[in-house]
Amino acid sequence: MEKFIAHTGTVLPLRRSNVDTDQIIPAVYLKRVTKSGFEDGLFGAWRNDPEFVINKPEYSGATILVAGVDFGTGSSREHAVWALQNYGFKVVISSRFADIFRGNSQKAGLLTVILDQTDVEAIWAAVESDPTVALTVDLESKTVNYADRSISFAMDDYTRWRLMEGLDDIGLTLKNIDQVSAFEATRAAHKPETLPVLH
Amino acid sequence: MGKTLAEKIWADHVVRSAEGEPDLIYIDLHLIHEVTSPQAFDGLRLAGRQVRRPDLTIATEDHNVPTLNIDQPIADPVSKLQVDTLRKNCAEFGVRIHSLGDIDQGIVHVVGPQLGLTQPGMTIVCGDSHTSTHGAFGALAFGIGTSEVEHVLATQTLPLVRPKTMAINVEGTLKPGVTSKDIILAIIAEIGTGGGQGYVLEYRGNVIRELSMESRMTVCNMSIEAGARAGVIAADETTFAYVQGKPHAPKGAEWDAAVTYWRTLHSDADAVFDREIFINADELEPFVTWGTNPGQGLPLNASVPNPADIADEEERGAAERALTYMGLVAGTPLKEIKVDTVFLGSCTNGRIEDLRLAATILGGQKVASGVRMLVVPGSARVRLQAEAEGLDKVFIDAGAEWRSAGCSMCLGMNPDQLAPGERAASTSNRNFEGRQGKGGRTHLVSPLVAAATAIRGTLSSPADL
Repeated sequence: MEKFIAHTGTVLPLRRSNVDTDQIIPAVYLKRVTKSGFEDGLFGAWRNDPEFVINKPEYSGATILVAGVDFGTGSSREHAVWALQNYGFKVVISSRFADIFRGNSQKAGLLTVILDQTDVEAIWAAVESDPTVALTVDLESKTVNYADRSISFAMDDYTRWRLMEGLDDIGLTLKNIDQVSAFEATRAAHKPETLPVLH
Repeated sequence: MGKTLAEKIWADHVVRSAEGEPDLIYIDLHLIHEVTSPQAFDGLRLAGRQVRRPDLTIATEDHNVPTLNIDQPIADPVSKLQVDTLRKNCAEFGVRIHSLGDIDQGIVHVVGPQLGLTQPGMTIVCGDSHTSTHGAFGALAFGIGTSEVEHVLATQTLPLVRPKTMAINVEGTLKPGVTSKDIILAIIAEIGTGGGQGYVLEYRGNVIRELSMESRMTVCNMSIEAGARAGVIAADETTFAYVQGKPHAPKGAEWDAAVTYWRTLHSDADAVFDREIFINADELEPFVTWGTNPGQGLPLNASVPNPADIADEEERGAAERALTYMGLVAGTPLKEIKVDTVFLGSCTNGRIEDLRLAATILGGQKVASGVRMLVVPGSARVRLQAEAEGLDKVFIDAGAEWRSAGCSMCLGMNPDQLAPGERAASTSNRNFEGRQGKGGRTHLVSPLVAAATAIRGTLSSPADL
C-alpha cells in the first residue's frame, strides 16, 4: 500500500447524502476480476447527466471528493474504493461514512476524513465559488487546510500509523501468527468444519 | 457488570489484544462467492501465501449466475469469467465449492444455515454486507471487503475495533399479515440508514422470541440497512431445533457440549447497552418503502409523503430527489401505486417459509395482467423443497415465473433486471437508485405484500384481496 503523509489537490463537491455503494459503482460493473479499470463505472448511473458535477470541466482533475452525510452505505463491495482510486481520488471527506466502506478505504489506502457538516458545507461553498481552491489533507498533523482555514480531524493512532507507513495488514498479523496457532489449539470440538462434505 | 451477547462472542474470539490496537479476532467460518473474492485470491498468489484454513472456508456461486437454463454455459462472457475464476481459485487453494448445478448451490446466506454451518456463538464473515443474516443464530456475523477477505484467507483472523451494542426491544402482538420484514423495515425507518453505525444490534423482546428462524434471518439480514455491520438474536430452543440434524451440526456428545455452551450466549440481566430502543409491535402494519433508501418507508395504508413537511433540510432534499427518481407525487395513497414487476426471492426473503407464505396468497389466484412475477428460490434445496410441496405449481398456475437459485433481481448482476422506469414490488433489501436495473424503481415489501400486489397490480396487503 502506498504511504499517505499529506495530499494537496482540488475538490469535487458532491452535494448528495446517502451516496450508497450501488451509486459509486453499480453492480453491472463488478464483474472484473482485477482491481483496476473501475473508473469507467464510477457513479455509473449519474455520469450520463451532463449536469452531474463530475462532468463539469471546472472540477476536472479534482482528487478530493467532499460528499454529504452517510457516504458509502450499502454493499460491502471494495470495488467502490477501487473505482474512486482508479478515477484519481486520494481523499474522501464527509460528515459520516458507512462502517464497511470506511474500513475498506483504510485497507486500500484511500483516506476518509470525517468533518462536521458545517465544515463540509463551508468547503462546498468555497469550492463552488472558486473551483481552483487547493485543499491540503495532512495526516501527520490531522488537519484539513484551505485558504486561511485549518480544520482538525480525528483518526485513531493505529490506523494513522498504518496509513502513514503504508503497511500491509496481513503482514502485521502474520507477525503474530503463533498466537493464532495457540488460539486454534483451544477451538471447541463441536465447531463445524466445511470439509469433508457430510450428507 | 454483565456482558451483552455480542460482547460475549467477541471475548471468546480475541486472539490478541494490545493497548492502542484493534483486537485480533478469530473467524470460525468464511463464506465466499464469485464477486468479492477474485482479487483476494490474486493477492495471496502475489505474496506466495496459502489459504490458512480451507476447512473453515466454503464457496458458492450466487451473485452473477443465471436463473434460467442453468445447465447451459453462462451466456455473458464476463460473468462466465468471474464464475470460472472462482472455480479455479477454489481448486487451486483447496476450498470446497458448491457450483451451479450442485444441490447445495444458492445464495451464500441461505446455504450456510441450511448446511448447518451457521451455529450459535460463531464468528462468520463473507465479502457481502448481508452476512448479518447469520446473526439470527446468535452468531457474530458481518460483511467484509475484499482486502479483509484476503486477510481472512491468509490468517483466519481480522483486526477489528470492538463495536458498541444497541438493544432493539420489540414487544407486543403482531397483527395478522404483519411479518418480520415489516418489523425490520419499521426499525430502519425509525433509526435511519445511519442509526446503527458503529453498533451491533441485538433484537430482543417477546415478538423476536416468537419468530421462526427464517423470520429471524430476515430481521438480522437487514441490519446493514440501518448502518449496523451486524445484528444478533440470542439462541434458544427454536435455534437448537433448527440446527439439530443439519449436515454439519454437532452430533452425540458434541451436540450436548455445544448446547451447554450455546445456553450461556445471551445478554446478562445486568448488561448495559450503549443504546436501547423500543418498538411497539401492536402498532406495526405491513410496511413498504416509497423512496430510494431503505429508511424511506411507511405503513402501506399511508400516502407518499410531502417533502415540504420534512423539517430537516438534508432529509427534505433527499426526499425530493427520491420522489423524482421514483416518479411519485406527494399525497398519492401508496396502495394506488401500480407495479410492473414483482420479485420474490433474495437472501432477505428467498427461503422456504417465504415461498410458503406467498403461495398461501397466490393459490387459486392469477397475477394481474401486465404484471410480471419472478419467484427465485434462495438455494437449489429451497427450490427442490418447494417443488416437493407443490409450491412451484401454485406460482406457475398463477402466472409467475419459477426460476433457479441465485441473487437474481435483488441486485441485477445477472440478466434478471428491471428496465428503465419499470417499477417493482420486491422482497429484497435495497431500493437504491438503479439497484435492480438502471432506471428501475423498487418498493421493498414482505412476501405477503408481494403476493397480494402481484394479484391486484397495485401495492396491496392480503387484507385488500
